[in-house]
Amino acid sequence: MSEIIENPWTRLRSFTGARLALGRAGDSLPTREVLEFGLAHAQARDAVHHALNTEALTLDIAAQCLESITVQSAAQDRAEYLRRPDLGRKLNAESHSRLTSLSKCDLVFIVADGLSAIAPEHHAIPMLQQMKHTLESWQIAPVIIATQARVALGDEIGELLKAEMTVMLIGERPGLSSPDSLGIYLTYDPRVGRTDADRNCISNVRPEGLSYEAAAHKLYHLMLAAHKIGHSGVALKDESDQLRLS
Amino acid sequence: MNAKPYTICDIMAYTHTIGSRIWRFNGLKTLLAKASPARSGDELAGVAAESEEERMAARMALADVPLKHFLEEAVISYESDEVTRLIFDTHDAGAFSEIGHLTVGDFRNWLLSHATDTETLTRIAPAITPEMAAAVSKLMRNQDLILVAQKCRVVTRFRNTIGLPGQMSVRLQPNHPTDDAKGIAASMLDGLLYGCGDAVIGINPASDSLSAVITLLDMLDKFRERYEVPTQSCVLTHVTTTIQAIEQGAPVDLVFQSIAGTEKANASFGVNLTLLKEAHEAGLSLSRGTVGNNVMYFETGQGSALSADAHHGVDQQTCEARAYAVARAFSPLLVNTVVGFIGPEYLYDGKQITRAGLEDHFCGKLLGLPMGCDICYTNHAEADQDDMDTLLTLLAVAGVNFIMGVPGADDIMLNYQSTSFHDALYVRSVLGLKRAPEFEAWLEKMGITSQDGNLSERLLPGAARLLESA
Repeated sequence: MSEIIENPWTRLRSFTGARLALGRAGDSLPTREVLEFGLAHAQARDAVHHALNTEALTLDIAAQCLESITVQSAAQDRAEYLRRPDLGRKLNAESHSRLTSLSKCDLVFIVADGLSAIAPEHHAIPMLQQMKHTLESWQIAPVIIATQARVALGDEIGELLKAEMTVMLIGERPGLSSPDSLGIYLTYDPRVGRTDADRNCISNVRPEGLSYEAAAHKLYHLMLAAHKIGHSGVALKDESDQLRLS
Repeated sequence: MNAKPYTICDIMAYTHTIGSRIWRFNGLKTLLAKASPARSGDELAGVAAESEEERMAARMALADVPLKHFLEEAVISYESDEVTRLIFDTHDAGAFSEIGHLTVGDFRNWLLSHATDTETLTRIAPAITPEMAAAVSKLMRNQDLILVAQKCRVVTRFRNTIGLPGQMSVRLQPNHPTDDAKGIAASMLDGLLYGCGDAVIGINPASDSLSAVITLLDMLDKFRERYEVPTQSCVLTHVTTTIQAIEQGAPVDLVFQSIAGTEKANASFGVNLTLLKEAHEAGLSLSRGTVGNNVMYFETGQGSALSADAHHGVDQQTCEARAYAVARAFSPLLVNTVVGFIGPEYLYDGKQITRAGLEDHFCGKLLGLPMGCDICYTNHAEADQDDMDTLLTLLAVAGVNFIMGVPGADDIMLNYQSTSFHDALYVRSVLGLKRAPEFEAWLEKMGITSQDGNLSERLLPGAARLLESA
């Protein structure tokens, strides 16, 4: 006989992804739920510590007929990256010098590990595919693949490349039910010292969240608007929904 | 007032000699920072002790500092920071006479002594500044933080009574990534059927738009009225949005705001004391409380000042205690330290999160606040459910006023792990903790719990009626 007291409201689960109606053993979680939670946490932990496969990503980007350059922040490893967000916001010396010789561009895409390298591994190429054909008239720099990277690392990269704007595709902090969520940050006139208020963010990009197509649509309209008004950030509202209707 | 706060003396040098080495600390804020238990945020800020011996030397020097000195040397200047002005201008010099002869080290002994009881602690709360509380906490072990906090008693009321002896309440947190009304309602029902929600039913909205916030407020209020739930609701949005919602006639029970311990950090949250006063008055103007009128709900957390580059070289635990001075100016129903949410660059692992949770609870209670704790962690911190179980148990022993209740401990909107409905049942079971009495009676009336407060084995008619609403 089962010791589990089941909850007769499991149908509520159809309304939300939250962990509802889990039942109980006494007052505590049943074994199956403890193990399910443990697995989800294990996957999220692995996502945080997974190293971005830069070689595979370089090949995949080349297959899109795009060049790429790999750089690393000043954080030497994951442990330092997690404790020192300041180091994750600047390039190491060798990476910095590698970017100084590149020519001016309109736009640079940066594919970065952030807090979940599996997010760019899963979603960066589909996003680049979505964006590529809309940008034929733009001067696009080689794609920068960045490791041990925080969002603000894109400011130094964009400044070195004299880019009008940067688009960073970066792994978000993994949740239990979303270990591979991608964030997209648009920064106009990137330079060191920009803050989050100067950027626009499109969050939760993954098939179970915001689709590639919807994200690309939002991003494209934000880019056009930023180009038009000459800045990004809080003053630039996402009006892509209205644009689609008109 | 026994000292003019704006004639703050020159920065003092504090020294302590160990063997042949003289350790020197320039200024109270340096001394406090170096005396603080190790944590990644203070290391990131460059204010932490650089060796374990330096940390102990700082503690030994700190133990000899008279409490009176804290009324003469501010860690952030009176002229430049309104939180400092609030701390000095509202200090109760009369109540201070009872402890004014003590050093920080003596103060620890005094707090632990049998003679210092609940009544004494309540009486001296307005005489304690945040810096005094932070200082003494740095000399205390975890068991001291628990023992003294357990002697403090802070009872608050709105539609029920929170913080009575032998009681622990739960904030029901039914968040949804897109604020979907059915999704939120489903999580809310799950929580109520698990006996949670007496502290508040509080939603972190995904959207800060006024119309979305009002929609959620209306939904919560209709539900509460229909089932006569003796609790309060809250949509945790910026105070300016809540003020607008009140102006538009929305049913606002509690006014929420995140706050921090420096004027500059509060500015990064888009608030100051004047705005908080306006929000407090707007909340009071509705007179919606039935058993009391504590209308504010504040959230805090160590590291917020540093992350806004607004810490002025003050360690993160002292900054956090200063946030409690802001909170106590507005007689809140609930103050919640969201201890592990900010990430490992501020609190690296389970050990640091545990320590911070106990410090925050102790300092808040000592200053007279209804402290709760969001016992939580993110997936990039070196922490797991075992660490949360430990902190939950410790805080429940310490008499925490409330904790969070999130379905399965997994917040699918904010992407972090907090405590679950099951976790609340666990501590009730091992420590015999009750819910707010009004809410406890309602649960029994609905058949969700039986007379002993335990969950009913079967779904009884009242609970079934709740479910029909879904």
